[in-house]
Amino acid sequence: METINFENVFEGKLAKNEMVEPKDWMPENYRKHLIRQISQHAHSEIVGMLPEGNWITRAPSLRSKIVLLAKVQDEGGHGLYLYTAAETLGISRDELLDNLHTGKAKYSSIFNYPTLTWADIGAVGWLVDGAAIMNQVMLQRASYGPYARAMVRICKEESFHQRQGFEVMTRLAFGTTEQKEMAQDALNRWWYPTMMMFGPPDAESPNSENAMKWRIKRETNDQLRQKFVNQTVPQVEYLGLTVPDAQLKWNEEKKGYDFSEPNWAEFKQIISGNGPCNKERLAARNKAHHDGEWVRAAAMAHAKKKNEVYEAA
Amino acid sequence: MTTQEALFKYTLRLGDTNLILGQRLSEWTGHGPFLEEDLALTNIALDIIGTANSLLEYAASVENKERTADDLAFHRNDRQYYNLQITELPNGDYARTIVRQALIDCFDLYFYQELAKSKDETLSGIANKSIREVTYHLRHTSSWIERFGDGTEDSHNKAQTALNELWQYTGELFEMNEVDEVLIKEGVAVDLNIVKQKWEKHISELFQKSTLVIPENVFMQTGSRKCIHTEHLAFILAEMQALPRMYPDAKW
Repeated sequence: METINFENVFEGKLAKNEMVEPKDWMPENYRKHLIRQISQHAHSEIVGMLPEGNWITRAPSLRSKIVLLAKVQDEGGHGLYLYTAAETLGISRDELLDNLHTGKAKYSSIFNYPTLTWADIGAVGWLVDGAAIMNQVMLQRASYGPYARAMVRICKEESFHQRQGFEVMTRLAFGTTEQKEMAQDALNRWWYPTMMMFGPPDAESPNSENAMKWRIKRETNDQLRQKFVNQTVPQVEYLGLTVPDAQLKWNEEKKGYDFSEPNWAEFKQIISGNGPCNKERLAARNKAHHDGEWVRAAAMAHAKKKNEVYEAA
Repeated sequence: MTTQEALFKYTLRLGDTNLILGQRLSEWTGHGPFLEEDLALTNIALDIIGTANSLLEYAASVENKERTADDLAFHRNDRQYYNLQITELPNGDYARTIVRQALIDCFDLYFYQELAKSKDETLSGIANKSIREVTYHLRHTSSWIERFGDGTEDSHNKAQTALNELWQYTGELFEMNEVDEVLIKEGVAVDLNIVKQKWEKHISELFQKSTLVIPENVFMQTGSRKCIHTEHLAFILAEMQALPRMYPDAKW
């Protein structure tokens, strides 16, 4: 009888660019890494609903209200696909949410910054979703099937959001003097936090090496950051705004911009829970979950009764 | 009152009711009891604000004074708003939000079925589109009424309290005035007595099935047909209209 070496099968799939599926054997570290990454991503989507949701009731036109509401709903939908993808790895939604609510699991630090003006809604769509897409495009080809497939749909919707964000910025940048100031102010506040979204410099990135090996990640933090700057600077110029970085300069040799690093000390503080909105975001998620407890209990109780009636019949 | 004036006020009444209800529902986005329900309620809010947008656009064109739907939404004060009072009440807990929504969804279903027969093609078009949406909304909210009534003692009590508190605002749904008179003659507006009969039957069956009791001999609140509101509407507008009021020359 021929024995199967599961590890070889797994490595073979990676080597051939094939997908790993939920029922396939996988190394424990691979499973753990995926649960961490996918659930962090899911948490980021639902925590991300908060800073943007902050402006739904104050959107300045009917159209912008509808667009923003739909966008925030999309983010919730992304959270749902991702939680489902994480569940295929053998962890329950309750456990995942518990980890978020107790602060054990992380989410993208960008959502610990406040949305102070309407222009922030434009900046979040344009810059934050833009950076997210850059991170996520490569994940459509990630080695784990359910994750890769969720990312295909998510990426499509995120590009749409980015265009909507840019549209908000365009209206402001080409609007009244006050609107233009609002746009510049938002760019000033969101530029560096967005740059942080790609993670620490490669030399200091603890999880990158395995992620590259397992094809859960395909480009390094620094490569992605450079790509983002190269793509975004011409858009800033189109808007007639200024990147808040005096060191920003085109480098002909590397065919890319030289730019200042974000403040990594601030990044570490925010990751450790000391950002401007960390406590509020977590409190809002906890409150919603807590306030919803009786609703979920009612649904469960009703379903149980229905089931008993059904079984008795 | 000319037909045009009546049509403007009638369309505003419908548009305002949808806008304020959608505004309230959208406060739940990101804060729902669980993710699937958060998405579902946001979907309902989206449909309703979409309907509000169509109605206010139509109101603006009926008025024909170079005001846009946004002008109507963001540059009128509370004494110029015609929304039903029930829509402006705070969301309260989830039972209150759902009970209110079921009462209105049921009204909307029968109302739009009648409005679909209107001689005004724009209104009948909006009604036809809304029937599809509202049918889904009512199915969703009714299923929750049933769960709350039958689920736990706590959910039952919360739903019953909501029903007791909200019932006094349901009289307004069926009030008619000169606006309705003028437009019913033209075959444009809906005779709300027809809607009332169907609504009462449907709602009493729904709550009975859910073991919830509709309160009796309730004194009905009134005022919205004359733009008289609860204390809540002015706060809603202060928040919703802040930016357009702060920057009147800006386009968004």
